[in-house]
Amino acid sequence: MNLSGLLSQFLAIMAALLLAPLLTGWVNQWRAWLQNRSGPGLLQPYRMLRKLFIKESVVAESASPLFRMAPYVAFGCMLLSCAIIPTLSTDLPLSPAADAIALVGLFAMARVFMALAAMDIGTAFGSLGARREMLIGFLAEPALLSVLFTASLISQSTALTEIVENLAHRDFVLYPSLAFAGIAFCLVSFAENARVPVDNPTTHLELTMIHEALILEYSGRHLALIEWAISLKLFAYSCIGLALFFPWGIAEAQAPVALILAIPAMLFKLAIGGFLLALIETLCAKMRIFRVPEFLATAFLMAVIGMLTHFLLGS
Amino acid sequence: MIDWVLLVIAAWIGVGVLGIAALRQFKLVARILFPLGGLIGLALAFAALSALPRAPEIAILPIGLPQLPFHLRLDSLSAFFLLIIGAAGAGISVFAAGYFRQGAGTPPGLLCCEYHLFLASMAMVVLADDAYAFMVAWESMALASFFLVTANHKVPEIRDAGFLYLLIAHIGAIAILLCFGVLQANSGDYTFAGMREQSLSPFWASAAFLLALFGFGAKAGMLPLHVWLPEAHPAAPSPVSALMSGVMLKTAIYGLLRVCFDLLHLHLWWWGVTLLALGLATALFGVVFATVQTDMKRLLAYSSIENIGLLLAAIGLGLLFRSYGMNALAALALTACLFHVASHAFFKSLLFLGTGSVLHATSERNLGHLGGLLRYMPWVGWLMLVGVFASSGLPPFSGFVSEWLLLQSFLFTPGLPDPFLNMFIPIVAALIALVAALAGYAMVKFFGIIFLGQPREENLRHAHDAGPWEKAGMLWLAAWCIALGLLPNLMIQFIDPVTRMMVGEGLAKQAAASGWWLLAPTSIERASYGPVFFLLGIIAASTLAFLLVRLFYHGHVRRSAPWDCGHPWQTPRMQDTAEGFGQPIRQIFEPFLRLQRTLPSPADTKPFYKVVLNDHFWHWLYLPISRGIEYLARQVGRLQQGRISIYLLYSFITLLFMLFLVQR
Repeated sequence: MNLSGLLSQFLAIMAALLLAPLLTGWVNQWRAWLQNRSGPGLLQPYRMLRKLFIKESVVAESASPLFRMAPYVAFGCMLLSCAIIPTLSTDLPLSPAADAIALVGLFAMARVFMALAAMDIGTAFGSLGARREMLIGFLAEPALLSVLFTASLISQSTALTEIVENLAHRDFVLYPSLAFAGIAFCLVSFAENARVPVDNPTTHLELTMIHEALILEYSGRHLALIEWAISLKLFAYSCIGLALFFPWGIAEAQAPVALILAIPAMLFKLAIGGFLLALIETLCAKMRIFRVPEFLATAFLMAVIGMLTHFLLGS
Repeated sequence: MIDWVLLVIAAWIGVGVLGIAALRQFKLVARILFPLGGLIGLALAFAALSALPRAPEIAILPIGLPQLPFHLRLDSLSAFFLLIIGAAGAGISVFAAGYFRQGAGTPPGLLCCEYHLFLASMAMVVLADDAYAFMVAWESMALASFFLVTANHKVPEIRDAGFLYLLIAHIGAIAILLCFGVLQANSGDYTFAGMREQSLSPFWASAAFLLALFGFGAKAGMLPLHVWLPEAHPAAPSPVSALMSGVMLKTAIYGLLRVCFDLLHLHLWWWGVTLLALGLATALFGVVFATVQTDMKRLLAYSSIENIGLLLAAIGLGLLFRSYGMNALAALALTACLFHVASHAFFKSLLFLGTGSVLHATSERNLGHLGGLLRYMPWVGWLMLVGVFASSGLPPFSGFVSEWLLLQSFLFTPGLPDPFLNMFIPIVAALIALVAALAGYAMVKFFGIIFLGQPREENLRHAHDAGPWEKAGMLWLAAWCIALGLLPNLMIQFIDPVTRMMVGEGLAKQAAASGWWLLAPTSIERASYGPVFFLLGIIAASTLAFLLVRLFYHGHVRRSAPWDCGHPWQTPRMQDTAEGFGQPIRQIFEPFLRLQRTLPSPADTKPFYKVVLNDHFWHWLYLPISRGIEYLARQVGRLQQGRISIYLLYSFITLLFMLFLVQR
């Protein structure tokens, strides 16, 4: 552990904390433009967070401490996941603490806490949301793990920093296994981040909502933390995708100049990624909840096929 | 050290005998004998701990038949399982001190006797060093647990469950006996030391392996032989279910490890594949059934089947590596297996004990009549939450470490020389990830329906929390779940001599090289996991968020009624029931399940909807067999007419036949 490592770790955490709402704002803005609306502006998520933090929290009478704990735990999990994903640099002192499998465990931890908190109040919508969220989770989690396995089979390591360094150093060849994994990863990220083909982040229509049903009871600062955690999750997923499939521009150990250059590189990649997300969300229609398992099973199969192609065709 | 262990076992038997002496003295049995048993368990755990790194010790007990004494042997493998039996048994015994109530069924003293004999026979199973001692201990274990399962024998369902358990336990025991018969290879020497010296041909070695797989699989709950588990576990009193699920199933795993890695020297690659396939099928089957259960103890029983499946898969992988001579990787897979043995022993016991407290407080096992108990039973609820997290494999609890190790050992497989196997094994890893995720679903359902939400019945509002003994027992087990999760390297230090004994390699050196806080089975570059930092990271981030929010904004919280979406007639019955929560899984995995639906017609004035979920194996395997046996019995029954003249005729014909034989 050295000074540059600490610096890059600190930078990664701060970048995630501050830029995550911006990414959400960017996606929403593009979505509005693509749908011929004028849009609320890039900074809307920050205004939203400020407003929610100022408002008082209304907590249901039947809520247990678990309910009030969950937003903090979810926020903590998401922040830690952003800290171990190589967003800017692969020189992260925290990264040995958690590898790719532990990262998925971290997401699962946040999900389980949110689902339990939703069931805590005892309303019909809470348990409906919890059930649907766990439904998505149990298919998305192994799919995400399989995607990460494909990358770690190529690079012979499950440590995220090693994977990224290894992938970034290879000659530019198209790995068929990574292509399948990439498709699977896209599908999983739509589901996990409650984006359009699976869920609509702006809906409050009872019959279709998944994620919103989960957090229906939250308000004030708890909701602000959850919204922030959701932004962080989107940021984390985007960064995993960028790190696995477009690892160029991420700084490596002992390279302060590269660290400074990594920031615009990341912003550029995230901007394009966000635009594509908005484009896909605009072009797709939301599917029925009964179709979601098929969608996710496809993702799972794609990820497994990715692993198989790795063995069939070699790396 | 073996003398101390034997002394401890004798103390358990002594406590059991004291229980008989104090047959109906409820206070004495509950407050003194059970805690004493727990203390003895603790002593056993310490003795086993100090025996772990030592060289094997041998003892001969001159009991039993003349010329046929008990050969006993304490080596690392048995010491590790003794550690589990002692440590988990201690917590369960302390819980049992507060759990058993006076009531119908077996008198408390007898229950105490059976309970401690059960513990002692489990310890003897792992100590036995000849087939005779092993079978005696194995059978006493089965019998003691049978009587414990049927403690409440006035209920017909419980008697049925006990019978089924006994039946399958004995079919398994026959297979184990045959397996020992094959292993001694006509030498007539039934000691394990003698069996180790035999070198069997691949055919006979495979026969021994398959017999062991069948016999121990029946005890463990392997796929076609699992049917007794979901019947016997709910029938037994909760400490007994905890002991059976958390500890007894592990003796079957012990037997399998003993036969595969100690008594057999030959390892064929297809054994590993068979075990992997069976283990995976068991795990998937168990977890899918766990998610759709409505009885809390049945749900846990199916979850035990799932965990046994994972253990079998890990052993299979270890065998596969071993058969190709890749001992370091075999050690990794076996470490994953043994770690999961420990972690499952603690979290499953904890969960079963918790259901016992819930059962006492509410006298309700059906999930559909529970709910909101976290408010009325905070101790039980929060301790169970630890078990639930460990069981769903969430970091930084103990279940995650074993899952992590298992997945790591799967990711190392590309080294296998057979390209076809290479291809398959990552798929197995993906399926294991699916099983783990589904286990999370089942556990969220389990905890959420029992402890969260609003009470579904009015009488739940008067539920009381567990007593001090019960709390202490659960606290002990929960502490293990957390400690194993946070300090996995410590446990790996204990596992190291065991894998060294079985495959000649261990992980401890590498694990120690990277520091106590970091779990890195091969190298830090390859994979690492630091649970302490992981936990500190989450805590730091959460606390920071909490403090910053406190610092910059007011802490106002207003309590109010939950948001009812403009529909003011919400009742607790509108929450998801257990059926409702499991419905998506039921729909996705419908071919797995045998569903019988009764739908109401539109004209019904009192419509009701009924779903009966069953196991395919009952209809595909067990019912045909039982029908066949009944048919055979009827045919044989024709011989018995109940008239004395006919029986005299039989004797006469027999005599004639004998004379005919003698004449020739």
